[in-house]
Amino acid sequence: MSGKERIARRIAREIKDGFYVNLGIGLPTMIAAYVPAGINVVFQSENGMLGVGPPPAEKDADPDLLNAGKQPVTELPGCSFFGSDQSFAMIRGGHMDMSVLGAMQVDEQGDLANWTIPGKMVEGMGGAMDLVAGARRVVVAMEHQTKDGAPKILKACTLPLTGRHVVHDIVTELCWVRVTKEGLLLTEVAEGFDAAAVQTRTEAKLIVSPDLKLMM
Amino acid sequence: MPPREVFKAEVMDKVVSSADAAIADVGSGATVMLGGFGLCGIPENLIAALVRRGVTGLHTISNNMGVDGFGMGLMLEAGMIASHIGSYVGENRRLETLVLRGELDLTLVPQGTLAERIRAGGAGIPAFYTPTGLGTIVAEGKETLTIGNRTYVLEEALHADVALIKAWRGDRYGNLVYRKTARNFNPVMATAADLTIVEVEELVEPGVLDPDHIVTPGIYVDRVVVGAAYVKPIESKFIQTGGAA
Repeated sequence: MSGKERIARRIAREIKDGFYVNLGIGLPTMIAAYVPAGINVVFQSENGMLGVGPPPAEKDADPDLLNAGKQPVTELPGCSFFGSDQSFAMIRGGHMDMSVLGAMQVDEQGDLANWTIPGKMVEGMGGAMDLVAGARRVVVAMEHQTKDGAPKILKACTLPLTGRHVVHDIVTELCWVRVTKEGLLLTEVAEGFDAAAVQTRTEAKLIVSPDLKLMM
Repeated sequence: MPPREVFKAEVMDKVVSSADAAIADVGSGATVMLGGFGLCGIPENLIAALVRRGVTGLHTISNNMGVDGFGMGLMLEAGMIASHIGSYVGENRRLETLVLRGELDLTLVPQGTLAERIRAGGAGIPAFYTPTGLGTIVAEGKETLTIGNRTYVLEEALHADVALIKAWRGDRYGNLVYRKTARNFNPVMATAADLTIVEVEELVEPGVLDPDHIVTPGIYVDRVVVGAAYVKPIESKFIQTGGAA
């Protein structure tokens, strides 16, 4: 199982029965495939849909039925469609139980940077700033370090922020970290790693939970 | 009450014969809203007509900027756009180049703030406070207000000269329904322009659409045209799934 799959599987287990969840583009989208049996969850896509189903067979793809990553999806029974203003009213209004997003950097204060590199990349924040401002729980799903091996969990983000004091949890292929008032609390580590091994790959200081668990 | 006949004397008809006729008076330098999310629910025929008309210096407002070679990408390639307000333009490489060279004025707005600014523009609300973007570059230079234990950013309404809208079915009064996720920014933009032009896939007679199902009431719509042909390209083919599904 790849690191990304491990992250997706772990976060999927955090989804509670009855949750309304928005999954970001990329890695977070993979989470839907790992939701445990018996958990009833409604996925929202910010382009205007609740009740997003799995991708269709290629021949059944409908260009009018896409997720926010512009990929074909299907309708689950009980799904609904709405405009962008209503979509973000439900996001901003605190109706989403969980929002899972990717990140370029996260820091000790729960600040998140995931949308731009000045002078290099012109893409845009899309709905990320609204999601982190409005969702009840904001979970960052990302690989622990950059492709060059640089840390992504920092003392303070250096890239332009998506939101300040907005992240509740950080999940990587190595660990689960909770953002607390005291700092970053390491609550789970992946098999084959210990707290020291995670700390050497992390710029921010990690507080090791007395109840440190194996990340399953 | 006036006699019943007064109410049904004339059937209002907003239908125009072609996309070219529908946009014939859209001038250079206009502020234009375009519905759609990525390439989903975009007014393909009205964009093509605008490119044929060759207006320039447009100030566009749209969530995205098409892709290279389709949708608003065609307007960009024709040099028609002077400035753009949107939330995500990552699919358009040409735009990135123009912006990094300083040749196009791009304003990035959080998607929910964009939708609400447009909603406010159509609803007579000049500005509103939102939690989105606080503490980021989006809030720089903007007024803030603390209510309770949270601080909010003041955002102003957006209004356009023209809105180009794509609906699924519409009638001669301009009552509209949309199809699945092709709805997105279309209904809200239809409310926020001086001139709202809609292309539909199917035109029906008044009374055919169930009044309970109408998403955009005709009051917001000035012109309706039947779209000739739809390409509807799918930008991103298939989801990587980790395991099962």
